[in-house]
Amino acid sequence: MTLLHAIFQPGIFDNSAVQTAVVVGAVVACVCAPVGVFTVIRGQSFAGHALADITSTGGSAAAVTGINPLLGFAAAGLLGGGAMELLGTAGHRGRDLVTGIVLGAALGLSALFLYLSVTNGSTSGAVVTVLFGSIFAVSAGTLPLVVALGAVALVLIGLVYRPLLLSSVNADLAAAQRVRLRTVGLVYMAALALAVALSAITIGAILSTALLIGPAATALRLARNPGGAMAWAAALGTACTWAGVVLAYDSYTWPPTQQGWPVSFFVVVLVLAAYLLSQLKGRAARRSPRAPARAIPRAEPARPTVRSY
Amino acid sequence: MAEDWPRQRASQVPDGTILRVEDLSVSLAGRQVLRQVSFSVGTGEVTGLIGMNGAGKTTLLRAILGLQPISSGRVSLAGGRSIGYVPQKVLLDPDLPVRARDLVELGIDGRRLGIPVRSAAKRARVEALLASVDGSALLDARVGALSGGEQQKVLIAHALARQPRLLLLDEPLASLDLGSTQETVTLLGRISRERGVAILLSTHDMNPLLPVMSRVVYLAGGRAATGTAEEVVRSDVLSRLYGRHVDVFHAHGRVIVSVGEEHLEEGCEPGLAEGYGPDHGPEREDGHLSAASLRSPRL
Repeated sequence: MTLLHAIFQPGIFDNSAVQTAVVVGAVVACVCAPVGVFTVIRGQSFAGHALADITSTGGSAAAVTGINPLLGFAAAGLLGGGAMELLGTAGHRGRDLVTGIVLGAALGLSALFLYLSVTNGSTSGAVVTVLFGSIFAVSAGTLPLVVALGAVALVLIGLVYRPLLLSSVNADLAAAQRVRLRTVGLVYMAALALAVALSAITIGAILSTALLIGPAATALRLARNPGGAMAWAAALGTACTWAGVVLAYDSYTWPPTQQGWPVSFFVVVLVLAAYLLSQLKGRAARRSPRAPARAIPRAEPARPTVRSY
Repeated sequence: MAEDWPRQRASQVPDGTILRVEDLSVSLAGRQVLRQVSFSVGTGEVTGLIGMNGAGKTTLLRAILGLQPISSGRVSLAGGRSIGYVPQKVLLDPDLPVRARDLVELGIDGRRLGIPVRSAAKRARVEALLASVDGSALLDARVGALSGGEQQKVLIAHALARQPRLLLLDEPLASLDLGSTQETVTLLGRISRERGVAILLSTHDMNPLLPVMSRVVYLAGGRAATGTAEEVVRSDVLSRLYGRHVDVFHAHGRVIVSVGEEHLEEGCEPGLAEGYGPDHGPEREDGHLSAASLRSPRL
């Protein structure tokens, strides 16, 4: 009982910021799960991180203009993702190049907006909130918007689920089935932008990749099919954000300053710990059940060695 | 030069023609990769698309699929556009959370929108497809964890899922060990026979294919010679095709094609190609014996 009290300190569940954080954490984790699993399968973690940094432009612009930060994050993510997807010509190099250029431009704007917000003096905490976030800073009034944007992202992913999965496994296989790779890629990018924006208000623009990629990468080790991986990722993401909220609340009684540790720090550490644990487990479970080795017919007589090309 | 060679008649396989390629030319980045390539593929036939690296095999397959814009010529398909395709070197990551049954299911309805709905009928269809490639044991295995030969089976089942009449495979035998190579060849022969599927597969080594291969499309310098292996893999035919002297040797039940060093085309290397052996002679009774055809470039 004392242990339980040590973990869940008195008043934690009555705190309205905690209540909002618990709902936001779960919604964001459930949206990030399918999007993150596709991001990892597609090998677009870097694009995901770039997009997260790009959303900071919108977040910082929102801090200057006073609009809802989530709208700022989402708008910047959609614009940046669209630009990356449309400008990124075929091939990884073209995509990398465009991602880098869009990212550089967006961060330059972020620098300007954050500078303005600091010099205005009205929102001195904007730098930390935009870049590193705080789930406790999400107002209860933002909650409907969080749910709405999350629902849009999930609907988009659900709509293109099969062609997206096929093109993520292998683009040639999808092209042979006449999947419109470009369209599917754009829809995925829109869902990614929304997921990253939601993640950004939860743990900050810079850290938001952790919530997007971490649980998904962990889940890929634990699940055997895509749907299972998404369920695992949602559960892990929710567990990490909730545990992060509880730990952050507890940390108000911790040294050195008794002011509380940042919640984003706890979430990211827990995500990393889960991933490392899955690596241990994954090593054992790596070999999925497979066909017993069959005898290879060896009737062929010895062949002369022939150079072929 | 062209008049020395009998022209391919379009009506070689009059009723069973699935695919007809006529005077197909394709340019990639300003370089003409395929020049007036013509051939046809019929029901139940296995056709080998033979050529060195850079000869245009992948480009030809992609042009047939409609994934590669063509400069001129025509690709006609009997019975709609359902083509099964197994691309070259599909690298599936071991961590990919996709089982063999998931990938085959995506072959059935991978193009459809919405989240897949589970049904007993679809499940049975997936299991039947994997059984037809001797892959029942692979159903629940992660595709990335399978061996090259096993992955090939799953990809073939994926390609067959929509019951195509034409199956294209790009270098399906590359990087397979001897046992898997023979198993894959036997499997493809059976699929073409039992399902009446026309199979066109590219390879740089035609030897393993000889037991099942009805016809050869030999690509070099962007041009194609077509006919049976006996008709095409000959010193005179290949010398015309390459535009330089080519020797064809029979040794240890195999044929070795030796291409001269001079006048090399860009992207081609001098060397030896493995050919067919006389013990697998084209005298087998599979029909469709036709005159070799060689389309010369217009100079």
